[in-house]
This record gives sequence, C-alpha cells and structure tokens, in this order.
Amino acid sequence: MAKKASSSSPRTDPPAPADAFVWTRKDLLGLDELSAQEILHVLDTAGSFEEVSTRSIKKVPALRGKVVALLFFEDSTRTRMSFELAASRLSADTLQMSAKGSSVTKGETTLDTARNIAAMGVDVLVIRHSQSGAPHMLARQMPESIINAGDGQHEHPTQALLDMYTIRQRLGGIEGLTVAIVGDIAHSRVARSNILGLRKLGARVIVVGPPTLVPGAITAMGCEISHSLDDVLGEVDVINMLRIQFERFSSNLFPSVREYSQSYGLNSQRLKRCRKDVLVMHPGPINRGVELTSDVADGPNSCILQQVTNGLAIRMAVLYLVTQGNR
Amino acid sequence: MNDILIQGGRVIDPARGRDETANVTIAGGKIAKIGQAPAKAAHVIDARGLIVCPGLIDLHVHCREPGHEEEETIASAAGAAAAGGFTTILAMPNTHPPLDNEASVQYVLQQSARAARARVLPVGCITKGREGKELAEIGMMLAAGAVAFSDDGDGVASAAIMQRALQYARSLDVTIMQHCQDPDLSGGVMNAGAVAVRLGLSGLSTAGEEIMLRRDLALLERTGSRYHVQHVSSAGSVSMIRWARGKGMRVTAEATPHHLLLTDAACVTYDSNYKVNPPLRSADDVEAVRQGVVDGTITCLATDHAPHAAEEKELEFGLAPFGMISLECALGLYAKALVETGLMDWPALIARMTTGPAQVIAPRHPGLGTLAAGQVADVTVIDPDKRWTVRTDDFLSGSRNCPYEGWALRARPVATIVAGKLVHSL
Repeated sequence: MAKKASSSSPRTDPPAPADAFVWTRKDLLGLDELSAQEILHVLDTAGSFEEVSTRSIKKVPALRGKVVALLFFEDSTRTRMSFELAASRLSADTLQMSAKGSSVTKGETTLDTARNIAAMGVDVLVIRHSQSGAPHMLARQMPESIINAGDGQHEHPTQALLDMYTIRQRLGGIEGLTVAIVGDIAHSRVARSNILGLRKLGARVIVVGPPTLVPGAITAMGCEISHSLDDVLGEVDVINMLRIQFERFSSNLFPSVREYSQSYGLNSQRLKRCRKDVLVMHPGPINRGVELTSDVADGPNSCILQQVTNGLAIRMAVLYLVTQGNR
Repeated sequence: MNDILIQGGRVIDPARGRDETANVTIAGGKIAKIGQAPAKAAHVIDARGLIVCPGLIDLHVHCREPGHEEEETIASAAGAAAAGGFTTILAMPNTHPPLDNEASVQYVLQQSARAARARVLPVGCITKGREGKELAEIGMMLAAGAVAFSDDGDGVASAAIMQRALQYARSLDVTIMQHCQDPDLSGGVMNAGAVAVRLGLSGLSTAGEEIMLRRDLALLERTGSRYHVQHVSSAGSVSMIRWARGKGMRVTAEATPHHLLLTDAACVTYDSNYKVNPPLRSADDVEAVRQGVVDGTITCLATDHAPHAAEEKELEFGLAPFGMISLECALGLYAKALVETGLMDWPALIARMTTGPAQVIAPRHPGLGTLAAGQVADVTVIDPDKRWTVRTDDFLSGSRNCPYEGWALRARPVATIVAGKLVHSL
C-alpha cells in the first residue's frame, strides 16, 4: 500500500526538532488533549514547512500517494482552501465535500457519510461540522486520521495553533504574555482553543465581552473574565477580536450592533491606549466597523493576513503529523 | 397444595415494618401465608441468604409502543422489568400516537396481559396529543385503567392548563406527574455549567426545572391535589419538595439511578449514552438527590428507562435523542448509590422501590407494594451480595443505550413473581 512517502526525496521530511519528540496521535481533535510539548512540536514542525512556500516549486512529496478528504458539513471558505492548499503542497490527493449537494441533504448520518468516503481509500478526514464533538465521535469509530477543522462551539485547533504561531513569530514567545480575547466567547470555538493552548504555553488570558456572551464557568478553563474592554487595554500584549455573528442580536444576547461596537469594538482611540507594539488579531471574516474599524484592521499592529499565511504552514504540519501518527 | 414456597429468606416488608427470616407461601396467585412454620409447595425457592420483598415498582418506563416497536415493545419492556426484579411498571404516554384516550390505555393493558411478565400500567396524557393546550379525557382514561397522568418528555407549559389539570384530578383522586422543565429554558443538550462550556454544548440550567416546580407548588398549595415530581435532578428541587412536604402538601417525587450516580463530567467524550433529560448534573446535585432519598423527601426510585435505537444514539451528541436504559440493572445501581455508600439499609431502599411508588398509585391499585396474606402475590427475591457485571448483550430490552455496560454491581434480583407466577429466575 502506501510506501514511506519520504523515500524519493531528500528534501521531503522536515528537519526533526531538536527535542526529537515523536508524535503519536492519529487525530487532531482539539487543544484540550494536547500537552504543551505537543503544541510546541506542531509549531516547530510548521516552522520547517513555512520555508516550502518560499520555494519556486512550492511542493514537497511528504504525503504523495495519500488521500485527504475535506468534509465540510458547515460552510467555510478560508479554512477549507487553506487545508486544500496545504494538502496539495504535501502532494496528497484531495477529495472535497460540502454539505450542500451532498448525501447529508438526503438524510445520511455524519458517521455514514464519513465511512462511505473513507471506504474510497482515504487516509485523513478533515472535518468541519456545526455540532460540537462531531469529529470526536468519528475518531472514536474510524481508523483513519481525523482533523478537526472546527466543531460547533467547541474547538478550532488549527486556528488556535496558527494564532499561537503568529504570536510567537511576532513577539518572540508566548510564555508570560497577556492575551485578551474579545467578543462572543460563549459561542466561539476559536476562543476555546485559544484559551486552552495559550494557557498551556504559559500566557495569561482574559476573555472580554458582555455577560450574555461570556459564561462565568469559562474560568474553569484557566482564563480571567472582564466585561470592560477599556479596563484591560493597558495590560494586554495581544488582542484577539472575534467575529460577532448577527444572529446573536436577534436572539437577544445583545441589544444592538451599535451598542456592541461602542462597548467592545476596537478602534484607533482604544488602540492608542494599548502598548505600542500590541498585536491585533482576528480569525476572520471581519465585520468591518463592528468589532474592528478598518484603520485598525489594516494598520501596523494588525497581523490578520499573516495569520492566514501561517495557517497554511500549520495545516501542512498537522496533516503531516497525523499521518505519521497513524502508521 | 401451595404453588410456590420461598423458604428461609430475610422477608422485608417496609409497609408493615417486617424484617425477619420467614417462609412465604403462594397459592392461587395470592400470598397464602408468611411465617416460621414449615410448608410445602409444588415449587420451592431456597431463599437462605437472600432478601424476599414485595414486588418492586418502577413508576417511570418508556415502552415505546405504539410507534417505536423497533426500540422497545410493551412485551420486551415487561420482560426487561421482570429481569430487573420489577413486578409493576408504569408506561409513559409519549408514544406515537400518545396515550391520550381510553382506547390506547386499554391497548397497553391488553399488551401487558398478553406479555404476562411484569404488570404494565398505563399513564395517560394530561393534555390531548401532549400539546399542552387542552385537557385530555382524564376521567375516561382513568375508568379504562390509567393509573396516573403526565405529559412526560415535556412539562405542561401553561400555568392555566396545569391549574385545571390539578383541580380536575383532585376530584378523581389521581396523581398528576410532572416533568418539570420550563419550555423557554429548554434549548440545551446537557447540564449548564463548566463542562458544557468547555465542550461547547448548550446548557440546560437547573433553573428550568426549578421554575416549573415552584410554579406548580404555588398551584398545588391552592388546589390540594396529588402531585408527583418526575426525575428530580437538582438540589434546589429537592429543597422545594422538602419544604412542600413539610407544609403538608401531597407531593411525591422520584429519583433515577443516573441522577444518583453520574455527573455531567460523564459527557466529556461526547458519548450520547450520557445524554438524558433532565441532564446529568453536578456532584452537589447528586449529593442533594441522594440526601433527599435518604431523608424521605424523595419516596420513590424510578428508572426513566428510555430506549433508543443504536442509529439514533450514533448521532452527534447535540442531535442524538435524550434517554438511557437501566431496567435490568437498576436494583444494583440503587444499591451501589445508597446501600454500599452506607447511606441506607436494605429495608429503607426497598421502601423506596415498593411502599413509596405504591403510594403514588394507591387509589387505583391499593394492594401493591406490600406482602400480606390474601393479597396479590407480587414478590421479588434479591441476592444482596451477588457480584455481577452489566452486559447489555444479555438484556431483554429491545435497545442497548445503556451507559453502565461493564459496571461491576453487587446486588441482583434472582426471582420475580407476578400474581403468583414466576416470571424471571436466575
């Protein structure tokens, strides 16, 4: 069957990180189950893949002969494209499924859909799903590698990994930093993965938003809570602004977009009260003028496009590692 | 000649304060005699070292018939109940169609008679179609054999309808059972709290249960009816029931095995076998429910046995249906939660499975839940030290959605006798 993918090229495998850590997981389901060492290993592996994108031929044969299926039961643009490009840069074949026009609309269960696609000879399934825990359910019952590309309101591990990668790249490290995550914490998988990952790497995390969008019990994950953005601006090294979804207003979690924006939006006045080199992040897509004003989103403190660029290296690293872990 | 002699067992009958070694003889479907004198019978059960008690009663079982016979039938539920030591179970009316008329009530009784295992008694709907809008024909169903009324699965949302149901039921001297859950706060899939937040699952707060219970108690204070709180899950509910009983209100309540043994932490793997309604709560709630059972605030233990097909439980946690089954291991689970912990002794535990539930349906079936000469012979023989392992493959139930697979338990019914007939023995 699949030969050791690295046999044909000396430039295939990324250089092993100094600690010679061996990755053993067949799945990447979330940061909850990863140790700090495993998280750092992903970031280091991504570091060695970043170089690939600078070559004239942006491709390595690391996953040649492997098949990666992208099962997007929920809409996504950038995550799906990022995974697709990452897989092709590793020379894997890719299959794509989106919920629209698939057997899902005919009433097939998630497990049946995944098993049927896997039966075509798939090595890695990348799952985006509106239900929290959907990839976990599949991973428990399937031998193929499962990568969580965002499950409901639970985790979005590759997003948090690329966020941490970007922070490390810009600020030199993560330990000891203070990171604010602002917005709809209650419904955000990006927030949960970031809280877990950043805490494991030694950062202080403050989640910021109105009480209707910040459950008090989230402190059990190791973060602090503030209901005032203005109160925390002076102490943060990084400020990660989450996308606010408009259906939250219709469900009365907040009175209006205007009021939200005035209380929790990041604009140039607020930015002035932060430290000069504060890093402004956003997982996208941005609601310009709601959570971020354009001058901040496009200004020198913003690393939003860099996050997207780094996402590719992170996803290459994750695809590579889970196939290594599933031998 | 007697039909059955149960010889030399520890006879525990909480209703009569009996706890002694004795022989029990059964003839013609009735208890013939309980005493020390030697006796003879066609069939002898050696009960030395075993407990002999009134047949166990489970007030809360979903038999799924009519409508979902692929998950459970009245016959398979009756068989599973007998294997679990139960001689009487109450069938909840949230079937398809719901049990909201006299014909469907009669159907349950007919299927129960045909199965001839544990006795299955129907609970009728409070409202037509369980829609919470119009009262169902409670009186007609009662005449046809319904023993209580509930819209279980949902609480009766309207305070006005609930008030009328309580008023109406009072004149008929029948119990209204309520699944306390405020519909406005019912969107969640597990207990609201740190575990739900971490898992990104929507929460059902204890407030939803307590709000409806508080409302119903306010109505009950004014109507004086018989009211039963189904599957109590929160510490706040236990306090309210304790208060109401202290005030003399006719409130009874039940606790399930899962609310006595499991917490919301069990949901961390997204295993939908732990998805149940009301949800698994915090350790503090479990402690309060246990305490409520111990001090007699909660007089009944009930399984809320809720079968579901494997394909339904293989869905994502958020999409899978609520419910778990436990009829066939309930006794061992109760003993684990309440006897092995030193909280209760066997007579007290048996009271919660016999005297307590019998009292809820007493106006309809006055003889159940006790052992007395001349009464219908419903008897359960329990081995309190039988070490066994739960294997769902051995279940008689039509479903397997049981989170206790592989659990090591210490008590097990070894013989179940319904109306003088041995319907289960190990």
